[in-house]
Amino acid sequence: MADILFFIFAAMAIGGGFGVVLQKNPVGSLLFMVGTLASVAGIYVLLDAHFLAAIQVMVYAGAIMVLFLFVIMLLNLGHDYRDDIKSGLGLFAAFAVTGAIAGLLARQLRGAGDNPLLAHFPGPEGMEQLLAEQGAIGAIARPLFTDYVVAFELTGILLLVALVGAVAIAKRRV
Amino acid sequence: MLVEALVLSAILFVIGTLGVLVRRNAIIMFLCIELQLNAVNLSFVAFSRYLGIEGQIYVFFVMTVAAAEAAVGLAIIISIFRHYESVNVENFNLLKW
Repeated sequence: MADILFFIFAAMAIGGGFGVVLQKNPVGSLLFMVGTLASVAGIYVLLDAHFLAAIQVMVYAGAIMVLFLFVIMLLNLGHDYRDDIKSGLGLFAAFAVTGAIAGLLARQLRGAGDNPLLAHFPGPEGMEQLLAEQGAIGAIARPLFTDYVVAFELTGILLLVALVGAVAIAKRRV
Repeated sequence: MLVEALVLSAILFVIGTLGVLVRRNAIIMFLCIELQLNAVNLSFVAFSRYLGIEGQIYVFFVMTVAAAEAAVGLAIIISIFRHYESVNVENFNLLKW
């Protein structure tokens, strides 16, 4: 059952990804992106990352995509159906670079299933036991507020700086 | 499910790269960068299922940084649009020779 769901979500994510790249209208691209993010959130659930699936839907598909939509509305780009895909040498170079990256990744992943290192992996049982003991939020909150608390506070400062910076940059007259 | 998730992550990353390189609309290029970040997050989560919770914490930080980056990046796009009346990167040729 989990495998079937995984392949359904994977197909939706890949289809949405191609939609983002090929759709001419920015709003259409954005809606495909929301679909992709929601499918990836489904895969997070299958991979026992329940909390991340929730914040993926709320923060990513909710907040960040709405921010993009606001900007598209503000700049009035919603009626733009012109083809903006590169042509000629630019397109060839883009496909060459993408092909090189795809080739490298395929080479790395070929035979990943019978890599001898996999035998040393603890397996999903450890994670399932951790989730059963502390719950989906407790398991991620405990290390976040103990071992990684400095990084957590620094992230808070980063968000404040980004907020002030975004207002300062987007202001009409500096 | 680890290898399947890594393959999916690689495919999404390649699609994101293609989008950044092929499109000219700055907002869609930015959206494709978010897709690449998401692909990397997926491989972090896939590994975290086998190697412990730290991978998920890392994804949490990546999401926060992505939110900050989206806010600042979109502000820059708005500021550029005020100047050039366009979000097409072909028009931003000040540093081109």
